Amino acid sequence: MNIIVCAKQVVDVSEMKIDSATKKPILQGVPQKISDIDKNAMEEAIKIKEKHGGKITVLTVGPANAKERIKELLAMGADEGLLVTAPENIDYHMTATLLAEAIKKIGGYNIILCGEASIDMFSGQIGPRLAANLKIPQITYAQSVTAEKDKITADRNMGEQMIITESTYPVLVTVTKEINVPRLPSLMQILASANKPINEITADSLTKNLNPLVQTIDLKGVSMERKNVVYKDDIDESVKQLVNNLAKEGVLRG
Amino acid sequence: MVLVYSDNKNITIEMLSKAAELAKETKKKVTATIIGKADENLAKEYISYGADKVFIAETNLKDFKAEEYADILSKIVKETKSEIILVGSNKNGKELAARLGGLLNAGCIVDSNNVYMKNNKLLAERIVYSGNAIAVNQFNSKPAIVTIPSKAFDPLKKDTSRKGEVTKKKIDGEKSNSKIVKVTEMKTGGVNVEDAEIIVSCGRGFKNKDDIKLVQELADVLKGKTVGCSRPIAADMKWLSEEHWIGLSGHKVKPKLYIAAGISGQIQHIAGMRDSGIVVAINKDPDALIFKSADYGIVGDLYTVLPKLISAVKEKMG
Ligand SMILES: Cc1cc2nc3c(=O)[nH]c(=O)nc-3n(C[C@H](O)[C@H](O)[C@H](O)COP(=O)(O)OP(=O)(O)OC[C@H]3O[C@@H](n4cnc5c(N)ncnc54)[C@H](O)[C@@H]3O)c2cc1C
Ligand SMILES: Nc1ncnc2c1ncn2[C@@H]1O[C@H](COP(=O)(O)O)[C@@H](O)[C@H]1O
Repeated sequence: MNIIVCAKQVVDVSEMKIDSATKKPILQGVPQKISDIDKNAMEEAIKIKEKHGGKITVLTVGPANAKERIKELLAMGADEGLLVTAPENIDYHMTATLLAEAIKKIGGYNIILCGEASIDMFSGQIGPRLAANLKIPQITYAQSVTAEKDKITADRNMGEQMIITESTYPVLVTVTKEINVPRLPSLMQILASANKPINEITADSLTKNLNPLVQTIDLKGVSMERKNVVYKDDIDESVKQLVNNLAKEGVLRG
Repeated sequence: MVLVYSDNKNITIEMLSKAAELAKETKKKVTATIIGKADENLAKEYISYGADKVFIAETNLKDFKAEEYADILSKIVKETKSEIILVGSNKNGKELAARLGGLLNAGCIVDSNNVYMKNNKLLAERIVYSGNAIAVNQFNSKPAIVTIPSKAFDPLKKDTSRKGEVTKKKIDGEKSNSKIVKVTEMKTGGVNVEDAEIIVSCGRGFKNKDDIKLVQELADVLKGKTVGCSRPIAADMKWLSEEHWIGLSGHKVKPKLYIAAGISGQIQHIAGMRDSGIVVAINKDPDALIFKSADYGIVGDLYTVLPKLISAVKEKMG
């Protein structure tokens, strides 16, 4: 089974600071990481490989330093990495096109795994877009999957419905956070992964004249001012004060 | 043409009012789309809510599959020469819109609460970085696809005297290799956290499913009656249904009072409740992030605090 895991390098949103004057997020210096759910996609790929054998390729479109992130997934169990280096402000159309071109180049794949959505943008757009570009079926929001020799079956969490969908290969599957608990690589695995190949190609070498269809022209800040009154001591007293304050705020009404 | 599609009637009606506004500014018309059975009454209803035309794509597809629907919708877009496409932002709509974007090589913005024209360009704003910012996105090309969540826009006043044209056409989509094996309706209790004025939410601080009655009880005495929860309670433990789930990947709420008990306050949870009026947090960890997003907090064991809070509120409210 040949599996491609699409993994994105993102800023760690929980480490983001807000500029107190402009209320805008400060984008410089925020730690980078692999988008959380892409680790679940990686873990699922390993499980499928454990059952059927084959090869796992991690594919990332991103800046050159995303190589460090790919190494983390190689340590988890991927066999090799492919980094498509791209200019900074690329849109979904460009990302999906580059992923599709890279995948055509890799060739011979059965399953493409993506996250349900990336933690920074949370669009859930790349998976379906990529499936459209490759003209293959898409199975979204998979909460569990069973891969067999010639088909895959997934339980999909669609909110008000649970839907079981199956598909022959090749197929693109997007997974949710609940599908598994990603493994933490051991020190041995981390060391061994240094020998696994990471290929690097430029966006230009895959396709020329790729322009954004959508551009982010501004990032507006959102402020959240809170009173931050915290009671720490005697619980009875705390409860009393809280209830008095809620009454004053006018939220206790019969 | 401004094209509107959702499998959810209410979102379609809400989008029609936005579509009418965009159509006016771009000197175009609004077409509502129905995919499936030729439902003439529904078509009339869409006209009374602002559609100039209704395009019914008759298919006998039994289930929704994004691959097949996206193919049909791409044909409708071409036939109606649509330049702006609004799709309802439920789970089906999002994967449909994204796939349509891929098929048409069109720009797509998911989950936009604010869409407007500026200098002849379509702009769509959306929340990014888990609620830390709003990105203003500009489309440089046509067609442009935007998905719109429920309650983003108020519907127009229903006017049954409005006239519109209904086109029916059989359209065959490309068949997909995927197959729906089984659909199970999840048990829901008709809870609507999005409209609730008071919400009491629970998180992993609760040890058993049964203990959730503590939040229910507090919600009851507060006359709020609405229980919310963090993602793990709905998605991992399945102690509550999806309709209670609040956050980035769940429901976005804005009650007058939001009480979070046993919730750590990770940014993905905050993304769903940051527009609340007063926020109260109960957590035994004094360093829990939730206190940073709260107006009032009590550091303590929820199993001690909640019963006391319930009786204190009872007493206060008489
Ligand atoms: C892409 C993505 C999307 C996500 N979307 C959402 C979303 O929509 N909504 C959401 O909620 N999360 C979401 N999450 C998950 C989020 O990151 C957190 O993991 C989650 O919110 C944590 O839930 P929790 O606070 O209930 O649990 P924990 O983080 O485990 O917190 C439990 C809290 O309870 C406290 N506690 C324990 N025992 C007691 C006690 N006896 N008394 C008082 N306090 C106690 C602890 O101190 C702790 O702070 C998402 C994550 C990702 C990656
Ligand atoms: N630049 C990228 N490189 C590789 N995979 C990506 C990239 N962007 C998004 N993806 C994949 O698409 C999923 C959804 O991303 P998004 O559409 O941004 O929410 C992610 O979880 C990844 O699996």
